[in-house]
Amino acid sequence: MSKHHDELDEKAHPNSGFSRRGFLRGVGVTSGALGGAILTEEEAEAAQSAATPSGPAAVPITLTVNGKPQKLTVEPRVTLLDACRTQLDLTGAKRVCDRGTCGACTMIMNGKVVYSCTVLAIDAQGKQISTIESLTVAGKAHPVSQAFVKNDAQQCGYCTPGFVMATKGYLDRNPAPTTEEQAGKALGGNLCRCGTYVGVRKAVIEAAKAMKGAKNA
Amino acid sequence: MPNYSWPPMTTRKAIGQRLTRHDGIEKASGRAKYNSDLNKQDLLYGVLLTSPYAHARIRSIDTSAAERVPGVTAVTVIVKAGEEVNWQSQEIAAVAATSEQAARDGVRAIKIDFEVLPHVVREEDLSKVGNRATPAGEQVTGDPEKAFKEAEVSAEGQYGIPVLTHCCLEPHGQIVQWTPSGVNYWPSTQNVSGIGPDLAKNLEIPATQVKVHQDHIGGGFGSKFASDRWGLEAARLSKASGGRPVKLFLDRATELNIAGNRPSAFAKIKMAAKRDGTITGWESTSWATGGMSGGGMPPLPYVFTNIPNKRLNHSAVKTNGGPLRAWRAPNHPQASFLTCAAVEDLAAKLGMDPIEVFLKNLQWAPEARRESYAHQFKKAAEMAEWSKRWHRRGDSGSGNIKRGLGVGICTWGGAGHLSNCRATIHPDGSVQIELGSQDLGTGTRTIIAQVAAETYGLPVEAVKVSLGDNAFPASNASGGSTTVGGVCSSTRIATVNALEKLFEQVATGLNTTPDKLEAVGGKIQVKGDAAKSLTWAAACKKLGTQSITEMGQNDPKNPKGLNTQGVAGVQIADVSVDVETGVVKMNRMVAVQDCGLVVNPRLAESQVLGACIMSICGALMEERIMDARTGRVLNPDMEFYKLAGAADIGEILVHMDIREENDKRGIIGLGEPPTVGGIAAIANAVANAIGVRVPMVPLTPDRVLMALEEKRSA
Amino acid sequence: MQAFEYANPTTVKDAIALLSDDAAVLAGGTDLISMMKEYLATPKRLVNIKSIKELGGIAKAGGGLRIGATATFDELATSTLVRTEYPSLQQAALGVTSPQIRNMGTVGGDLLQRPRCWYFRNGFGILGKDKDGTSLAPIGENRYHAIFPKGDAYYVNPSSLAPALIALGAKAKIAGPNGNREVGIDELYVIPGTNSGRELSLQPNEILTEIVVPAARGTKNATYEVRHKEALDWPLATASVALQMKGTSIAKASIVLGHVGPTPVMAAAAANALTGKTLSADLATEAGRLAVEGANPMSGNTYKLQLVRTAVKRAIMQAGGIKA
Ligand SMILES: Cc1cc2nc3c(=O)[nH]c(=O)nc-3n(C[C@H](O)[C@H](O)[C@H](O)COP(=O)(O)OP(=O)(O)OC[C@H]3O[C@@H](n4cnc5c(N)ncnc54)[C@H](O)[C@@H]3O)c2cc1C
Ligand code: FES
Ligand code: FES
Repeated sequence: MSKHHDELDEKAHPNSGFSRRGFLRGVGVTSGALGGAILTEEEAEAAQSAATPSGPAAVPITLTVNGKPQKLTVEPRVTLLDACRTQLDLTGAKRVCDRGTCGACTMIMNGKVVYSCTVLAIDAQGKQISTIESLTVAGKAHPVSQAFVKNDAQQCGYCTPGFVMATKGYLDRNPAPTTEEQAGKALGGNLCRCGTYVGVRKAVIEAAKAMKGAKNA
Repeated sequence: MPNYSWPPMTTRKAIGQRLTRHDGIEKASGRAKYNSDLNKQDLLYGVLLTSPYAHARIRSIDTSAAERVPGVTAVTVIVKAGEEVNWQSQEIAAVAATSEQAARDGVRAIKIDFEVLPHVVREEDLSKVGNRATPAGEQVTGDPEKAFKEAEVSAEGQYGIPVLTHCCLEPHGQIVQWTPSGVNYWPSTQNVSGIGPDLAKNLEIPATQVKVHQDHIGGGFGSKFASDRWGLEAARLSKASGGRPVKLFLDRATELNIAGNRPSAFAKIKMAAKRDGTITGWESTSWATGGMSGGGMPPLPYVFTNIPNKRLNHSAVKTNGGPLRAWRAPNHPQASFLTCAAVEDLAAKLGMDPIEVFLKNLQWAPEARRESYAHQFKKAAEMAEWSKRWHRRGDSGSGNIKRGLGVGICTWGGAGHLSNCRATIHPDGSVQIELGSQDLGTGTRTIIAQVAAETYGLPVEAVKVSLGDNAFPASNASGGSTTVGGVCSSTRIATVNALEKLFEQVATGLNTTPDKLEAVGGKIQVKGDAAKSLTWAAACKKLGTQSITEMGQNDPKNPKGLNTQGVAGVQIADVSVDVETGVVKMNRMVAVQDCGLVVNPRLAESQVLGACIMSICGALMEERIMDARTGRVLNPDMEFYKLAGAADIGEILVHMDIREENDKRGIIGLGEPPTVGGIAAIANAVANAIGVRVPMVPLTPDRVLMALEEKRSA
Repeated sequence: MQAFEYANPTTVKDAIALLSDDAAVLAGGTDLISMMKEYLATPKRLVNIKSIKELGGIAKAGGGLRIGATATFDELATSTLVRTEYPSLQQAALGVTSPQIRNMGTVGGDLLQRPRCWYFRNGFGILGKDKDGTSLAPIGENRYHAIFPKGDAYYVNPSSLAPALIALGAKAKIAGPNGNREVGIDELYVIPGTNSGRELSLQPNEILTEIVVPAARGTKNATYEVRHKEALDWPLATASVALQMKGTSIAKASIVLGHVGPTPVMAAAAANALTGKTLSADLATEAGRLAVEGANPMSGNTYKLQLVRTAVKRAIMQAGGIKA
């Protein structure tokens, strides 16, 4: 869906100098370029909220989580993290600092890692949200998760889903880190109390290799 | 009596394997459900109202507006009008509502009139704490006066280590559901078997009426044994809300303020010594706080307990801060830092290599550990390239980056706790182990499976381990590094008992007696005669419809040689200090640690790695910062309560001291000892690098630069 | 968080119409949402500006650079244009070592985030005062506070991008109900008159729309931050320098310090000392020495003098490509 929009947008403003990402952020709201396009339900909801403010009482929203549209009713003050944890029972992402510091709540939104504790659910409409639950496909764990297990990159495991998602987000953009130092720096937005970083850094490098291998195979 | 002893090192199949953890993939794929993850039917959310003041009396409290907030189902008052609160974030009232937001709105609607009272929240300057210091009474051994008079050299210094908080990533809290027949309780706990009775006592109901379940816990470190005020309040809220389950987990600020901390420790230490480095006398005046209970004396002098002439003074300082709780190796990291820093300063004064001074004084260490330390110093020095990299204090060249090495030591008990285990062998060949214990992320599930697999001669994957429910046979809390010894021993005993029963059932069929049988490689066979055997499955089939269920108990008074206590460990830190910014960078940390028989070296190494990283946090970053005037904790967050990240730790090398002579002692706990020596090692490495002692940890840029400045102007 | 209504306009005009004293602009939310969770901000309405296309993107404009207010740290850090011509900006953006914050945090939000002074964040007001009006920082814990306080403002300006943008001579474009205005980045900041005041010159119904950075060709620029941790953390002191070169000598220099004053601090004496000189390590050291002139540290932050000296020296050497 968002792809469709990118194309539209880029056609409409061929040399505008805006980045694609700038447009992605605009997805889901009515713009000149979208004038005649048929709006999906989500966009209709979002468009509505553009015209008039919604809330403060709970409002219906649609989130695209792990590829599926999910209809929820939330107050505007509910965060993406809390909405996923309490309403969708997606509890892999954890609430630890709740202030955008520790990374335990990391999700990937439109291809980039974010702290979901600091994103409003209502503000995440029209975005592609992926949580750690999406990494298990047909019962098979993701290479990043597997690398975490193999390198014992977890103890209590409460920070682990956040680290796994941060690693996935990093490797999606930088598929070939070579040193553990690079890996450590890439995870500057995540904290672990049990002290699993040695395994984590190894897991990042190993997962990179496994993912590359899978792609080449 | 059956033979329970561990099989010899050379013949072990499952024990000693470097296996990955049992629940690894569940955790790394986000499927593992912690109790803070559970969404129960009709769930309500509880939120605490806590004190903004360090010390105040409540003149009045009015909850009527809160009760009218839409969604609020119940409000309970904990501290009533006329009563006092004694630290910031102390629990005053609690609200339950249909959403967390509504519960927070409810908390905001409670009106309280506080009379603010005087507080003391800082203890680093003993002369400023007034009547808050309680001296413990002087302890004198030998003749310290004479020792100091006759000393060839003496060294003295003042050292300090602040209050730290546990900062468990899964906050303290629980879901509680009140029902007419009892209470369902899903806490975050290190004490699955003991926490139910604790809640029951507070609720004044029979202990048998509390059902506890927990599959995973997101960190405890010694702070999650009791049901706590928030457990009780959640239960009361549930009861008041018609028995709907209430979920109440602390927010981060409350977690850091009241859910446990490690007491501080400050000391002025003086040592008398001979020119060859032998310590002849020790005098220390120490003080500590861990809240209103003060703070006990760390075990000083650490390890070198038998220094012949000693004078010890200690004061517990009461401060208006959240109450202390056990924190991985209570009081040991503090004692190790204070002692090792003083020893290093003595070595520097003598111009000696500190390892030589440590070795020289091993004569004052408990005899049973001396050989271990000597061995470990040698090994650690090798791994850290000590002979190549160590230099005299401050001899670190003219550049802005100064490199240095330092050493710290640990000791700990770690005997197995009281633990009961139920082992079941089913006719279909499946085997099950049940304990009312918990896996804190130390790998408890995995090592239990290894022990059972060893006894049965089965692959580890064949063993189903069930923990985390108080319907299972009781095991003690996981604290004091007692779990590994306790649960492995009880599992060993239970599985050996069960296997004996199986032998009894199949012996006749194999034309032999039970005592001639063994279980190896998935078979029951006549010892030494593999031809006379049954597969495990075939043997179990002979049970017909009746499973075998046997119990095993680790009795700490008679551990049957399966576990014991007393370990040693040595850590060396290698740091670089930028003397233009005061920033300390970890190059390398080396840890050599013994813990008797090592069930799973990989998981053991993970424990030690984690402990080293915690030490790096403690040595370089972490401290609870109190404001003297307002009585507030200024950094109850993860932004300024600083923890190291993945790029802050340098390289860490761990060597588990696995040797025949250690192994034959049996299993000894490991969770705590490796957390002890690291802060000392890092602080000593920094002193070695920059040529001056930074008296107070954490070694933040301000403190490092201040020490350098003082050295320059001295 | 206090309940609020949420609006998602697609034009600046609509957004301004939706703003008022009781409303707040929502960009990446990395500061605002946390402020709201602490009840330090209690807007009745949030106006999301991320759906307004014209506020996004980074592009060449004239000879210089136009940065949309909602462009993220990540866009800044990965822009080729920024990397090649404005390394000081890229270095500042990468100093925020959390990829999550870099993906969420916007340039506008970074410039307009509220100070992290722990007295302010603990509810003691922007000037951090006790009930009787006593300033808490000077008698309390001030290790992260200003060594160039102004009046009774002891907090430090939190923005990592501001020093770099000021050194480069950037301007901020602001849209409001009465039209547009343009100010220097340094003019975004004021000293609040009261403990409940604001340290930003922007009015509640105004929106920062874009940043315009002049051409930097021929300008050597760099940012050096002293950080305690590699993982996400605040700089203890920052220096950002822009040196206009004439051959091998410095025609004009600008040195701006961050995290040491309630606003970014122009180190004018240090900058003047560079004018007409050829870059060298000694010159950089001298500039560092001059940069702390006029500083007025408190009980616990004298060490920041040394940090400023070092940051200035290292930023200059980095800009000039001189090895230590
Ligand atoms: C642990 C930690 C460490 C950090 N370290 C650093 C650091 O080293 N350096 C640094 O610079 N930052 C740091 N940050 C802060 C982070 O960079 C800021 O929170 C972020 O830049 C704010 O951008 P935002 O888009 O999320 O702003 P928001 O949170 O959305 O907004 C911030 C404020 O600006 C207002 N606002 C935003 N955009 C506009 C606009 N266009 N017009 C009018 N008003 C607007 C909002 O109303 C709000 O008051 C750190 C944060 C954390 C949690
Ligand atoms: S919980 Fe979101 S960053 Fe910590
Ligand atoms: S594994 Fe426990 S916090 Fe990271």
